[in-house]
Amino acid sequence: MIDNRSNNKTREPNPQNQKEASMGVSRRDFLKLSGGTVLVASLGVNLDPAKAYAKDLRIKNAKVTTTVCPYCSVGCGILVYAENGKVIQVEGDPEHPINEGTLCSKGSSLVQMANNDTRLTKPMYREPGGTAWKEVEWDWALDRIARLVKDARDKSFKTVSKAKVKEKQPDGTEIEVEKEFVVNRTDAIAHIGSAALDNEECYLLQKLVRSWGLVYIEHQARI
Amino acid sequence: MTNHWIDLKNADVILAMGGNPASNHPISMKWIMRAREKGAKLICVDPRFSQTAAKADLYAPLRSGTDIAFLGGMINYILDNELYFKEYVVNYTNASFLVNPEFKGPAELDGLFSGYNEQKRNYDKTTWSFQKDENGIALKDPTLQDPNCVFQLLKKHYARYTPEKVSGITGTPLDKLLEVYKLYASTGTPDRVGTECYAMGWTQHTVGTQNIRAMTIIQQLLGNMGMAGGGINALRGEANVQGSTDYGLLFHILPGYNPTPNASLVDLATYNEKNTPTTKEPQSVNWWSNRPKYVVSYLKAVYGDAATRENDFGYSWLPKLDVGQNASWLMIFDKMLKGEFDGFFAWGQNPACSGANSNKTRQALTKLKWMVNVNLYDNETGSFWRGPGMNPKDIQTEVFMLPCASSVEKEGSISNSGRWAQWRYKAVEPVGQSLPDAEIMNELYFKVKELYKKEGGAYPDPIVNLSWDYGERDAAGKIKHVDIHAVAKEINGYFLQDVYDTKVDPPKLIGKKGDLVTSFPSLQADGSTSSGNWLYCNSYILKDGKEVNMMARRGKDDPTGLGLFSGWTWSWPVNRRVIYNRASVDLNGQPWDPKRPLLKFNATKLSPTGTPGVWEGDVVDGGGGPAGSPTGKLPFIMKPDGIASIFGPGLAEGPFPEHYEALECPLEENSMSKQRVNPTIKIFGDEMDAAFSCDARYPFVCSTYRVSEHWQTGCMTRHCSWLLEMQPQNFVEMSVELAKELGMTNGETVVVASGRGEVKAVVLVSERFKPFKIENSTVHQVGVPWHFGWQFPEDGSGYDSANLLTPNVGDANTMIPESKAFMVNVRKA
Repeated sequence: MIDNRSNNKTREPNPQNQKEASMGVSRRDFLKLSGGTVLVASLGVNLDPAKAYAKDLRIKNAKVTTTVCPYCSVGCGILVYAENGKVIQVEGDPEHPINEGTLCSKGSSLVQMANNDTRLTKPMYREPGGTAWKEVEWDWALDRIARLVKDARDKSFKTVSKAKVKEKQPDGTEIEVEKEFVVNRTDAIAHIGSAALDNEECYLLQKLVRSWGLVYIEHQARI
Repeated sequence: MTNHWIDLKNADVILAMGGNPASNHPISMKWIMRAREKGAKLICVDPRFSQTAAKADLYAPLRSGTDIAFLGGMINYILDNELYFKEYVVNYTNASFLVNPEFKGPAELDGLFSGYNEQKRNYDKTTWSFQKDENGIALKDPTLQDPNCVFQLLKKHYARYTPEKVSGITGTPLDKLLEVYKLYASTGTPDRVGTECYAMGWTQHTVGTQNIRAMTIIQQLLGNMGMAGGGINALRGEANVQGSTDYGLLFHILPGYNPTPNASLVDLATYNEKNTPTTKEPQSVNWWSNRPKYVVSYLKAVYGDAATRENDFGYSWLPKLDVGQNASWLMIFDKMLKGEFDGFFAWGQNPACSGANSNKTRQALTKLKWMVNVNLYDNETGSFWRGPGMNPKDIQTEVFMLPCASSVEKEGSISNSGRWAQWRYKAVEPVGQSLPDAEIMNELYFKVKELYKKEGGAYPDPIVNLSWDYGERDAAGKIKHVDIHAVAKEINGYFLQDVYDTKVDPPKLIGKKGDLVTSFPSLQADGSTSSGNWLYCNSYILKDGKEVNMMARRGKDDPTGLGLFSGWTWSWPVNRRVIYNRASVDLNGQPWDPKRPLLKFNATKLSPTGTPGVWEGDVVDGGGGPAGSPTGKLPFIMKPDGIASIFGPGLAEGPFPEHYEALECPLEENSMSKQRVNPTIKIFGDEMDAAFSCDARYPFVCSTYRVSEHWQTGCMTRHCSWLLEMQPQNFVEMSVELAKELGMTNGETVVVASGRGEVKAVVLVSERFKPFKIENSTVHQVGVPWHFGWQFPEDGSGYDSANLLTPNVGDANTMIPESKAFMVNVRKA
């Protein structure tokens, strides 16, 4: 089975990047600082009232990381509190200059998007004519997809394509001629998606599907 | 967005038209309201009294699909009353350019421009050109009096858009129309700025691109482009749709808006020649003249050492479209229905609900041999074979549903609508066996490559030569896990050799081999640099010997007070926060409005190289001094002429936007001209593409829209119980008058039907819709949100997708489907 655990270790935001703009400590500031960053002592202010307030909150032992909302394109900052490998709370990042700690109904519900009993947790497969999903192993599914990609590509691959183009004649006039051009593509596979991916993934994905020779490449931006 | 979210606070007038920020970008309202607190006015123009309208100082209704008539009337009002910003118009736009005397417009040709070919449904654009002098520079009349100058042609074109005519088309009451015109046109002075916020309410039309162009003409006339608090702001719909567009996940562009190559561009030299604009205008920066540097640097990032000067940097490995081949969304499903595809990837997307004419999409999926769907949740696309009306046993498609990690289970950057690329951190491990998308790509890359290495096959070169070096390898040479930072750095780009500036003597070292490139002016066309996406070059740099991820920065300084927050994350290009910011200053480089000093030329301060004169404020657009100085540069650096285009000959329908009705509309005739619909749209003619205009069976105008509690097809919100509780199911919103006419009451379930499909919906009777008076008749409009689907909630209580109703037709330039104006019936269930 492909291991999904050791990829890109969970990281805290770099404290160097987390310089506090305000020296006043709100409840949120305190909670954020207590969640794993190191600036509490350097603030030189009395945190007792905030500590007392936070003492019994369920996030007191949580690790906090910053994220950006995955819904609309405003790009609101969100603090994600996790404990024992599970997201237990989200709230608007009070330091974020766009949302200044506020969130809409969707952003506030992010905890339900991540922790959800209906999330897919295993690769699923439906055979031709099949009436139900079957759970399958990653390696099996990906081997099978690679085989299908190769077969479709090999069968359909166009190295050249004929096209009518206008060609300038010595006398300056243009006539339409049919010519053969190198195209190196497959028209047998199409790909759509996705605006839900990270930039780095978008880059990898266009690199990958173009290396296979796809030109039918689209996503949400077109609709 | 040319500007960014916080910048909305700097506006004097905000026009929300073609978008509904209060519902769909709720936090953006913080900045609109911040502007209002300082005295700004919010105008909302929408067929429905939306949540944005509820917060607006002025609301005006219009019938869906008539935005060009509305905006054309505003252009006419501005010109008639001489409310334009003359100095800006003369110096920074092509208003003074003289057009080919053979050019004719709709005023003379009954709705058409010169050069129309009825058979091909397109234009020969020969006459849409400028008169030029012997050096190839456009002839100009700075007095704007020449009858062939753009300004006079604009006047002639929009003189037909009188308030009375417009009101008759749009259904906007005349007094409201004039109130909007007056208020928005008040920003035509140097000390007042207006901005526009639009979304799919403008793009999802057969005239979508021209809707936006009409607004750009207004913004040019009023001098609002490039200003803090100005610009044209596309409120994009998804967290990273800006980034996924920037990264070229589209048939027509490679990363960084370089066109995809077609068959006639036989080698790199031909590609560059065809796609690199030239200019004789001495003051033009003509930034796209750098295109060859960006394309070669891209090829070096993609193919690494295998890309050499000898093999054209691997240019032939890129797949080529046929000349004129359109591989866009509607074409994909049209071809899929005809059985032309074996395989299909729907990666992080749910086309069975999101694409227009979903019945066609769903039928098309049954014609596939195989499909791969990557998602967080099961959805209507992955499970299409068990959807309504499907018999699984008859469907031979092999389907894979692959679980991916959510946004808090991996790290990487996303770009918001204001072009800020912001880094996200990983909070927890992916649930179950789900994998970050990058890991799935990594597996597929190696598995396909292995097959080609083992078995050979059709043209393996692009596959085996692809560079893929993102971390530690196992014994077989496979990357164990993708290091996202390595990808981010490849995107930024590296110096592959020591690179020198040879324009100075002795040549000066710009960058050392192996170092990250600092920003895109250092990229080269000779293969000595790489950059996966030139627009993001400067996002991950070397500073004082350390690698710095600019997208993860959290600096809060705001020295101008304009909310640029230049130290917070990173914005493309080169951390510039307002695009075309050079247009915010006069010919001497001083702000048009000193209260909004986005940019300022300080002539006495010495630059780092010791020459006098530096720009202060935002990162200046392009180099050089103010436009009025002998070495100065014009502000619109991406345009070959250096100025903005009021006359825009690049689009399919014509250089000025003209009103045409939607493909499906309630009127038999377009009262502007004989051309009822956009003469350049592609007509899909098959049974599943049916359209019914002015047909008694489908009497009501309909528009799809969104609600705050759901997002897109609902795949990522229907599963959240809090959100589903607030908006549990599909509804059809209608006026009190129409509900009375149809005998329908709040809460009853009815059927909404179009020529393509039907969907159940709960009736929502509201004061937000009012019947329109169009010419002399009453036209009703209804609305349906598009967030629902049969697959979840599993009991079917949410009903199905509103895209079962939408028509199979796209904008003539972009092919974005017309989901915002079509005709339906509403009947008892």
